[in-house]
Amino acid sequence: MSEEKGVIYRISGPVVTAIGISPRMYEVVRVGDEGLMGEVIELHGEQSVIQVYEETSGVRPGEPVIRTGQTLSVQLGPGLLTKIYDGIQRPLPELEKTMGVFITRGVDADGLDLEKNWQFNPTVKAGDSVSPGDVIGTVQETTTIEHRVMIPPGISGKIKEIKSGEFNVTQTVCILDDGNEVQMMQKWPVRTPRPFTKKHAPEVPLQTGQRILDFLFPLAKGGTAGIPGPFGSGKTVTQQQLAKWSDADIVVYIGCGERGNEMTEVLDEFPHLIDPKTGEALMNRTTMIANTSNMPVAAREASVYTGITIAEYFRDMGYDVALMADSTSRWAEAMREISSRLEEMPGEEGYPAYLSSRLAEFYERAGRVETLSGGDGSVSVIGAVSPPGGDISEPVSQGTLRIVKVFWGLDAGLARQRHFPAINWLNSYSLYPPSLDQWYRDNIKTDFPEVRTQISSLLQVEAELQEIVQLVGSDALPVDQQLTLEVARMIREFFLQQNAFHDVDTYSDLKLQYTMAKAILSFQEESKKALAGGSALEDVVNIPARTDLMRGRFESGYEDRIEEMLDAMSKQIADTMEDN
Amino acid sequence: MTGKEYRTITDVKGPLVFLNKTEPVAFGEIVELRLSDGTLKNGQVLDTSDDQVIVQVFEGTASIDKQTGIKFLGDVFKLPVSKDMIGRILDGAGRPRDGGPSIVADEMADIIGAAINPYSRQSPSSFIQTGISAIDACTSLVRGQKLPIFSASGLPHNDIALQIARQAKLVDSDDDFVVVFCAMGITAEEYNFFVHDLERTGALENACLFVNLADDPAVERLITPRLALTAAEYLAFEHDYHVLVIYTDMTNYCESLRQIGAAREEVPGRRGYPGYMYTDLAMLYERAGLVKGKKGSITQFPILTMPGDDITHPIPDLSGYITEGQIVISRELHQKGIYPPINVLPSLSRLMNAGIGDGKTREDHKSVSDQLYAAYAQGRELRGLVAIVGEDALNERDLQLLKFADIFENQFLRQSRDEDRPIGEGTLDYAWELLSNIDTKYLVRLDQKWIDKYHPNEKKN
Ligand SMILES: Nc1ncnc2c1ncn2[C@@H]1O[C@H](COP(=O)(O)OP(=O)(O)OP(=O)(O)O)[C@@H](O)[C@H]1O
Ligand SMILES: [Mg+2]
Repeated sequence: MSEEKGVIYRISGPVVTAIGISPRMYEVVRVGDEGLMGEVIELHGEQSVIQVYEETSGVRPGEPVIRTGQTLSVQLGPGLLTKIYDGIQRPLPELEKTMGVFITRGVDADGLDLEKNWQFNPTVKAGDSVSPGDVIGTVQETTTIEHRVMIPPGISGKIKEIKSGEFNVTQTVCILDDGNEVQMMQKWPVRTPRPFTKKHAPEVPLQTGQRILDFLFPLAKGGTAGIPGPFGSGKTVTQQQLAKWSDADIVVYIGCGERGNEMTEVLDEFPHLIDPKTGEALMNRTTMIANTSNMPVAAREASVYTGITIAEYFRDMGYDVALMADSTSRWAEAMREISSRLEEMPGEEGYPAYLSSRLAEFYERAGRVETLSGGDGSVSVIGAVSPPGGDISEPVSQGTLRIVKVFWGLDAGLARQRHFPAINWLNSYSLYPPSLDQWYRDNIKTDFPEVRTQISSLLQVEAELQEIVQLVGSDALPVDQQLTLEVARMIREFFLQQNAFHDVDTYSDLKLQYTMAKAILSFQEESKKALAGGSALEDVVNIPARTDLMRGRFESGYEDRIEEMLDAMSKQIADTMEDN
Repeated sequence: MTGKEYRTITDVKGPLVFLNKTEPVAFGEIVELRLSDGTLKNGQVLDTSDDQVIVQVFEGTASIDKQTGIKFLGDVFKLPVSKDMIGRILDGAGRPRDGGPSIVADEMADIIGAAINPYSRQSPSSFIQTGISAIDACTSLVRGQKLPIFSASGLPHNDIALQIARQAKLVDSDDDFVVVFCAMGITAEEYNFFVHDLERTGALENACLFVNLADDPAVERLITPRLALTAAEYLAFEHDYHVLVIYTDMTNYCESLRQIGAAREEVPGRRGYPGYMYTDLAMLYERAGLVKGKKGSITQFPILTMPGDDITHPIPDLSGYITEGQIVISRELHQKGIYPPINVLPSLSRLMNAGIGDGKTREDHKSVSDQLYAAYAQGRELRGLVAIVGEDALNERDLQLLKFADIFENQFLRQSRDEDRPIGEGTLDYAWELLSNIDTKYLVRLDQKWIDKYHPNEKKN
C-alpha cells in the first residue's frame, strides 16, 4: 500500500481534504508539493480529511497527498531529556539549524539523535526470558537519570544475544531466539496510552515546596490537578515552580499555545537551577514541548499527546513523572478550531461535543501504576486552564473539574493585591488528604493532619468574621475574635504568601512547613493565655519577635533558627502580661 | 498561472465572494477584482477547492456583481520592504499615502510572518525608561516586550502612547527607537493628532506609518497590522533597528475579524467573536521580542478600548492572555483630573523582574515598587471602609495608608504630558519621599538596608 498517492481537493486553513487515497484513521500523510506533515482525522466517503501540522498558505488543490502507513508517533529512547520539541516532537534546535530563527515549513527532524552513541550496559544475559516492559540494559542519559532500555510491547521470548558497549539508538542491542531484534529506540503512537499491569491508589504526596499546595491542597504522585485562573493570576509561575521544585524524577513541561518568551525563560533558567534532591541541574530531568500560540494549531492539538506519551514512557521505567500542560484551554481551542473547519455539530460555546471525553481520556493517562515489569511508576498531571473572563462556568474548566482530584483556584483579586500564589484558600480543594495522611504521620509528624485542619478552619473563621468587619470595623469585635483575625492574617502573609522569585522563599520543605504552621498555632495559644492574663492585644501582636519570625523566612538558615525565635516569641508574649 | 480572468461569481455575502471552479487556486492567494466600471479591488483566498473558492475582499463588496472579473495573482500577500520605508506614510494596504513614490522593494516579505522559534529567542531584559513614574516604577517596560494599553473611549490613551514614543529610551545605551505606527479604523482627528505630534517632535522622520482610518475599508484592517509588523521585523532583524510598534485600535481590528466570521457563518465563540480570535491575535502579538544573534528588537504597544469599560470582554481578555502584562487606564482617575490616569493595581508587567534592579535601574527598585503597591492597595481599600464606618474607626496605621492613597494619586501618578522623570533621581527618589509620609515601622515591604540608604529621614550617610 505504502506509496499510495492522492490529490488535494480542498484547503481551509489547517484542514485539507484529499481524494484518491484510502488511508487509515490517524495515519500520517504528506501533503502538497512541499510534503507538509498531516494526520488523517476523518474519513468521509471518497474524502480523507487531514489536519496539517504546518502553515498551509500557498498550497493548491491538485497537489499530491501521500500515505506513510504510520500513525502519529513519537520516538522514545535515550536523548529525550534536556530537549525542547515542538508539538510533533521536532527538536527546536534542529529546526533552527535548517530554517534559521523563524519556523518555516516542510522540514522533518527526528525526535532522537540517531547518530549519537550511548554506552549501553546490559542487565540481562543470553538465555534469560523477557517480555514487554522488561529492562534489558541501562544508559546513563544525563548525570542524574539512568535510562532503562525496555523490551517494547508486543515482543517476548528468550534472549539469544545481548550486546554491551557504544551504540546509537537504531542499532540492535539484543536479539531474541525468534529472531526479533531490539534497539534502544522504540516508537509509540501518541494517541494510544502505553500499557501497564494495573493502577494503584496514590498514597505518596508529590512534594512541591509550595506551602499552600503541599500543606493545604496536596497533590499525590500519580494524581491530577487543575489550575484555572484569569490572565496574570499565576498559572504559569505555579507550573514553573512545580517543574522546578517538585520531587518527581522526571518533568515533562508542555507549553501549549502560550508565549514564546516563557519557554525561552525555562530554557535559560533551568540549566542553572540546582535540584535540591540531587544537586544537579534541573534541566537534566526535564523534557520540554513548546508549541506556542502562534505556531500551527494542529500541532498544538498534538502537543499534549506527545508530552504524555513521553511521560508514560519514563513511568514505564519505574520513575515518578510530573507533567505540566500550560494551557489545556489552548489545546481545547485547537480542537474547537479543527472541529469547526470540519463543520461538525458544535456543543457548548462552539467546542466539539467530544471535548469532555478528550479531557477525561487525557487525565486518565495519569496514575500510579504497576508497570509491565512489576515496577512502580507514576505520572502526575497538572493542567492549567484559562477561562474566558476568569469565569470557570465555561466548558473547559467544568470538564476539567469533573475529572481532576485537586483544584487550585487562582483569584484575580488576590493577584491584584499581589498576594502570591494567588490561590484562593476558600474554594480550592484536594481530595487526596485521606489517602496521604498516613504518609504524613509516618514521615513528617504524627499530628500533621490535625495541624492542617486547624490552619484551614482558622481561615474559614476569618472569612466569616471579615463579613462582620466590613460592616462595623474590626474594633467592634470582642478581643478574642480580633486575635483570631491577627492569627489568620499571619497565616495569609507569613505562610500562604510565597514569593516565587525570592531565592530562599521560593521553596520550603514539608518539615519546615509543618514547623511554620505550628509556630502560628503556638502564637495563637500563648497570646490567648496572655490576653486572659490581662495583656493588651495591641502589645501582644506588636512584639518584635513576631516580626522577626515572619521576616526570617526570607533568610537562609531559617529552619535552624526558628526554634530560637519561637523561644523569644514565648518570652515576649509572657512579658506583655507582666507589664500590666 | 496569472493573467486569466474569471467571471464565475455565484454568491456575494458581506465581505466575501464565492466563485465556481477555476484553475487550482492557492490557499491565501491574492486576488484582483475588476468591476464593470474599471475599479480594482483586492482580496485573499480563504477557502479553496476544486469546486469553489471563497475570497475575502479587503475594500468591501459594494458594487461587485456577477460580471466582476477575478484574477488570481499566483502568490500570497507580500509587502515590498526596504529601509526607505522609514519616514513614509502608507495606507492600510501598504501603498503610499503621502504622495511619495512607491517603495522600491529590497525584498518581498510574506506578511503572515513565520513564528519565531522559541529556542531562538532571547529573553528581554533591558529596561526602557518612559519617564512616566507609574509605568517606570510599577509596570516597568522592557525592550522586546508586548505591553498593551487597556483603555476605553474618551480616555487619554493616545497621549500616553505618544508620550511613551517621545520619551522612551534605554538607560544602558543610546540606541534610538524607530516607531512603526499602525492605525486601524481610528478617526481622522485621532490620526491627525498622532501625525502632528510626531511632526512636532521630529519623530516622523524616524517613523513608518500604516494608516487605515474609520472610513477606509473595514476588512483591510485585518492586513494593516500584519504589514506594520512585517516592516518592523524587516527593520529589526535585517537592519538592527530597535522598533517600537504602536497600533491602535485593536478593538476595531477584532470587529473586522468578527465580521468575516459572521459572513462565513462560522460557529462563534464568546460574544460573537470567532473561536480562533486568540490564535489570530497571538499571530500579531507574538511578533515581538529579541532573537539570538540579531541586534534589533521589536517592542509592541497595542492600544485597545475596552467595550463598556469591561476588562473581561473578549478583546482585552484574550489580549491579556497573550501579552506580557497590561497598562490599565482608569476612568475614575481621569475624572479626578489625574494624568496619566493609570491604575497600577490591575496593571502588570510580567517582564519587570528581568529588567530592573542593580545595574539596570537601581537596587531598591523592586522593594520600592512592592511597597508602593501594598500601601496604595490598602489605602484604596480603606476608602471603601471609611465610606461606611467613617474615619474615626481607623487606627493610626490605617489613617496614614488612607492618606497615602491620595498622595500617590495626586503626586506620584500625576505628571504633565511633557514631564520626563528619570528613573533614579526622578521616580524612585520621589517614591521614597512620598513613602516617608508613612511611619517606617509600617513599611514592611522595604528592606532595612534600603531604608538606611534611601529613606529621606532615616538615611545613614
Ligand atoms: N508565586 C508568585 N510569586 C511572585 N510573583 C508571582 C507569583 N505568581 C505570579 N506572580 C506574578 O504574577 C505574574 C503573572 O503570573 P503568570 O504569568 O503565571 O500568570 P498566568 O496565570 O500564567 O497568566 P496567563 O494566563 O496570561 O498566561 C507574574 O509575572 C508575576 O509577576
Ligand atoms: Mg501563563
